Amino acid sequence: MRLHVVTGKGGTGKTTVAAALALALASDGRKVLLMEVEGRQGIAQLFDCPPLPYGERKVAVGPATGPLAGGDVYALAVDPEEAFLEYLAMFYNLRHAGTALNRLGVVDFVTTLAPGLRDVLLTGKAAEAVRRRKGRRHVYDAVVMDAPPTGRIGRFLNVAAEVSGLARVGPIRGHADTVQSVIRSPQTAVHFVTVLEEMPVQETLDGVAELRDDAHGGLQVGGIMINMMRTPMLSQAELTAARNGTLDTAELAMGLKAAGIEDSRSLARDLAADLAEHARAMELQRSERRRLAAAGQPRYNLPLIPDGMDLAGLYRLAEELREQRAA
Amino acid sequence: MSSGQPDTDFGQAEADGGVPAEADAGVPAEDRARPGKNRADQPAATRPNRYRWLDVDRLADDPRTRVIVCCGSGGVGKTTVAAAVGLRAAERGRHVVVLTVDPARRLAQSMGLTTLDNTPRPVQGADTTAGGSLHAMMLDMKRTFDEIVEAHSDPDRATQILANPFYQSLSSSFAGTQEYMAMEKLGQLRRAEEWDLIVVDTPPSRNALDFLDAPQRLGRFLDGRLIRILTGSAKVGGRAYLRVLNTGFSIITGVLTRVLGAQVLKDVQTFVTALDTMFGGFRERADSTYRLLQTPGTAFLVIAAPEPDALREASYFVERLSRDRMPLAGLIVNRVHRARAARMSAARSLAAAETLQNGNGEGGPPSGASAARYPLAEAALRLHAERMLLATRERRLAEHFVAAHPAVPVAEIPARPEDVHDLDGLREIGMSLADEDSPA
Ligand SMILES: Nc1ncnc2c1ncn2[C@@H]1O[C@H](COP(=O)(O)OP(=O)(O)OP(=O)(O)O)[C@@H](O)[C@H]1O
Ligand SMILES: Nc1ncnc2c1ncn2[C@@H]1O[C@H](COP(=O)(O)OP(=O)(O)OP(=O)(O)O)[C@@H](O)[C@H]1O
Ligand SMILES: [Mg+2]
Ligand SMILES: [Mg+2]
Repeated sequence: MRLHVVTGKGGTGKTTVAAALALALASDGRKVLLMEVEGRQGIAQLFDCPPLPYGERKVAVGPATGPLAGGDVYALAVDPEEAFLEYLAMFYNLRHAGTALNRLGVVDFVTTLAPGLRDVLLTGKAAEAVRRRKGRRHVYDAVVMDAPPTGRIGRFLNVAAEVSGLARVGPIRGHADTVQSVIRSPQTAVHFVTVLEEMPVQETLDGVAELRDDAHGGLQVGGIMINMMRTPMLSQAELTAARNGTLDTAELAMGLKAAGIEDSRSLARDLAADLAEHARAMELQRSERRRLAAAGQPRYNLPLIPDGMDLAGLYRLAEELREQRAA
Repeated sequence: MSSGQPDTDFGQAEADGGVPAEADAGVPAEDRARPGKNRADQPAATRPNRYRWLDVDRLADDPRTRVIVCCGSGGVGKTTVAAAVGLRAAERGRHVVVLTVDPARRLAQSMGLTTLDNTPRPVQGADTTAGGSLHAMMLDMKRTFDEIVEAHSDPDRATQILANPFYQSLSSSFAGTQEYMAMEKLGQLRRAEEWDLIVVDTPPSRNALDFLDAPQRLGRFLDGRLIRILTGSAKVGGRAYLRVLNTGFSIITGVLTRVLGAQVLKDVQTFVTALDTMFGGFRERADSTYRLLQTPGTAFLVIAAPEPDALREASYFVERLSRDRMPLAGLIVNRVHRARAARMSAARSLAAAETLQNGNGEGGPPSGASAARYPLAEAALRLHAERMLLATRERRLAEHFVAAHPAVPVAEIPARPEDVHDLDGLREIGMSLADEDSPA
């Protein structure tokens, strides 16, 4: 797999998981490009570095594995106007005209009118990075894209169809077709990030079905990354008891008393109510997991990092992805 | 975070709950208590100190409140809160319509919103004994846009526009079309004068400000210089200006033809020309709805999750509302976590759990034994510690907001273990909003 597209419902952890995946992929000396396409500088924030210019910058080194040093992770924030200039320069030798067009706001105008054209510039950049070679070797062993959310991913990746609605023939159409062939190649996979809540899970299932649908034929769905998972604090039997309100509160109170807590009876009542809520949450988590299983894709479990995300947490998620063989 | 402007500048945030201070004079106390207080068995209150409570009932009961706009960043609960506030206001006697955007499927079904038909439908199951009523509708963005086009151009031209590929792309995916159409629909509902309270949900955008900015962005876009260049309708200015335009024009058409193909450029031009007659109308409509939002009958509820990003967005939004003299009612912090036994600190609870784990508890096995005697109590103590830490973190975040915006009233809604997808769930959300001690 060389191009990893990471999508998911807003806020479920697309940027975080894309970054962790890039780190995981870079773990045995391989060079990885992590790119974002929504102009939010999410990667810079995550790696705690200044905003990324339109250029590929090294932001991190993957974890070392045994004798092998970690590989480099480069990052790029793609911008449609810059991508357009690059495209003009590369294919038409028209960089100057492009600059003039930008000044007049043409690119902004056209891509606003027709987001399909903007998308083809963004996915085009990913396709270019995937195919780029130095001598006979690929420059990047893998490219990870922090992609738009599930609601827009189908259109975003279906560039050829989106563009063909606007341009039946012509150069842009040809470009879109090339990009499409990279996106639909067996070397590309679309991963879904979700949390175990009803709406994100539903969006994941809908998204998987949409990409699998004929209209998107050939798009390969990759893994489902279950993010921010919480571990149960009780055994299954206790969870059930807590859920049914049959938890042994006398035993609970005795335990509290043994720990030197006064007022253990009333505390036990409160804690039992908390446990019941916890049990309910765990039960919902389980049923959402079962729903995800129906999608029939590999699933990877990523824990909730309790004290908020930082670099250490990111490496921890990368480690999980390695261990579960997502990378 | 600072707007450079004192918070006392808030139009209505200064008056209680966004409505004039004498507002509750006409509302009998027993009415205000309906449909009932919160259940007693909920977690104890541990909320930020020294802030003003946002009394949503008082706001929604006041007949002068005609529009409530629920806004905030993505996924914080705008749709849920809009539906809950609408339901509660209706059950307390007002004639309410809730305009939702993209509700979760099950919530939509429970409100009887099964088709996207752009018309308000009565919600079955709302209690109308207090004399109120509840309607709800889902925004159909494309259809609303089509209707504007039809209303503003003759039939031939309308057909031409509706069939144009660029119109189809713009009307279904322009970032901002949804916001514009939500505003447009709000304007329509308001003019219809059929309801005495309109509760508006705002589109799922990442950025809370999009709702305010997008309509004007669309208006500006459709009215822009470039569009005028393309339509050849830029007739102002002297020679030099024209020459620049002409050079610009030939570069543009030259490059675009080469890159996009002649057909695409022609489609853009036809589209733009066809829309030309409507530009004025677009702008005017966007402006008039914007002004409607500034009137005293409108109240903004800013929704946030107790998380840094959401609260930061809420801060920006509050500052922006203040700058634009929009009537802010207050902040609702949704999905707040609380521990029931707040009297026991996280540290104490963890220490107790450690004691049990090490088998050091009174009456437990001798020190050093590996098996813990009270696994249940230990788990309960660890869970409690976790909840206390989370509650503390959330409270600190809310306190930051309050410190920066002391004049903004705040209300909280506890996190429920499960999603909200029926009227009962909405009612409970409404109840917790109505209770100053909630989540309590
Ligand atoms: N496993 C995790 N444990 C704890 N916090 C997490 C975890 N994954 C993500 N987060 C946090 O959740 C928040 C959302 O994550 P992130 O920005 O990656 O989501 P996103 O899907 O990219 O959001 P958006 O849709 O806004 O782009 C961030 O504050 C992030 O630090
Ligand atoms: N207090 C709460 N407790 C538990 N779940 C909640 C609560 N409030 C909202 N939810 C759930 O959170 C999810 C998101 O809520 P909602 O759809 O209202 O957010 P939104 O702000 O409208 O999102 P979007 O930006 O996508 O439109 C829903 O599944 C809803 O049921
Ligand atoms: Mg992101
Ligand atoms: Mg919503």
